[in-house]
Amino acid sequence: MLALLIGAPACEQPPQRQHFMAHASAERGRAIIARVGCASCHSIPGIDWPQGRLGPPLDEFATRTLIAGRVPNRAGELSAFVQNAPAIVPGTGMPAMPLTAEESRDVAAYLYTLRAR
Amino acid sequence: MSPRISIPLGPGRLFDGSPPPVLDPAGPYAGSITLLSWVLFAIAALVLAVVGTALWIAFFGKARTRQRLGGTMVVWAGGIVFPVVVLTALLVWGLSLTASLSAGKGDVADLRVRVTGEMWWWRVAYLDPRGDVIAWDANELHVPAGRTVLVELESGDVIHSFWVPRLSGKVDMIPGRRNFVKIQADRPGVYSGQCAEYCGGPHALMGFVVVAHEPAEFSRLLAHMAAVSREPKGGIAAEGQRLFDSAGCSACHRIAGTGANGLAGPDLTFVGRRRTLGAGILPNNRGTMMGWIGDSQAIKPGNRMPAYRVLSADHLQSLAAYLEQQK
Repeated sequence: MLALLIGAPACEQPPQRQHFMAHASAERGRAIIARVGCASCHSIPGIDWPQGRLGPPLDEFATRTLIAGRVPNRAGELSAFVQNAPAIVPGTGMPAMPLTAEESRDVAAYLYTLRAR
Repeated sequence: MSPRISIPLGPGRLFDGSPPPVLDPAGPYAGSITLLSWVLFAIAALVLAVVGTALWIAFFGKARTRQRLGGTMVVWAGGIVFPVVVLTALLVWGLSLTASLSAGKGDVADLRVRVTGEMWWWRVAYLDPRGDVIAWDANELHVPAGRTVLVELESGDVIHSFWVPRLSGKVDMIPGRRNFVKIQADRPGVYSGQCAEYCGGPHALMGFVVVAHEPAEFSRLLAHMAAVSREPKGGIAAEGQRLFDSAGCSACHRIAGTGANGLAGPDLTFVGRRRTLGAGILPNNRGTMMGWIGDSQAIKPGNRMPAYRVLSADHLQSLAAYLEQQK
């Protein structure tokens, strides 16, 4: 009975912890996105300008199942993808971006804040 | 240390000092303007305080004080003598302080360049002492630090205004006229600029970058730029060069040393070297280059480059790789 009581909250984990990333900062990620110009191709909630249309819009990205329609949308895959997309999804239209591993984790952390309001 | 006032424009922070802070001079020409601005602000604040006090006395002061305030003497002294003296002194001082700013054709400078305002970008030409063009570039100007640069200002279409707040004041670029401005950066660094005269749709997205180098480094750079551009190397870039011609890029853009000789758009001979794309508004990397070529209308609506919907992602990669090599 006690175990049930303790175990129960785990099933109702708040959704924002679904993509929890240790040591990554969504706030830094947003600044990095603005600095490297991701929005030249993607419209990204929280980035007012530009709102590029060449790539897909990233609204509610946290709730998507696949990245680029190919690989599971998980923190590790997403961090690797934003840094060097062609290495994760060969043939993708998205090029490698000038990001360090740490910066790409921050970018991923920001993308995981994008969900339905 | 004076407070930094940033101009909130469309683009975010591309590098330190972008968007350009005003009242934060980085050279002698901007310095005198900044000093003048602060003195004017201070005097304006003082006058406001005096007028405010007088107004308060007029409404709430004692009868005797109010009577004195309304006397002929006060009107003469405060209403005529004070403004005449203060404004005349300020005019004389301001004009002598900023006399060094006035620039003309015959001025001696360490470097002469010509910047032509276009809708909505900047054509840049480095000139030799006779006024002949050494090298063409666009949207970015390299200068030697600690040296005076005389900038000839022209316009290709409508009135623009050249303004690099940390290096000098703003001077209009007027069609059919040649204006001059002197700029100088005391230290190497990157200084951003902005068109300061409304020139149509994407005016707010007409940015500019000045890069100041150590003089020796600058001489090497200018000598390099003057040399004819090299042919591209590597397989992917050769594909890019072929696309550059076949997709029609070369109709509007020039790359020195190749067949591309269009003059309607920015010269791309050194585009791989630039800090920014789209005239000072985007960082320059593979992704932004592809995004700009593919659909610049989504980024800078109304600019004269069409969205290239016929190009595949592979085409965009090849073109971007080719352009990255143009240094």
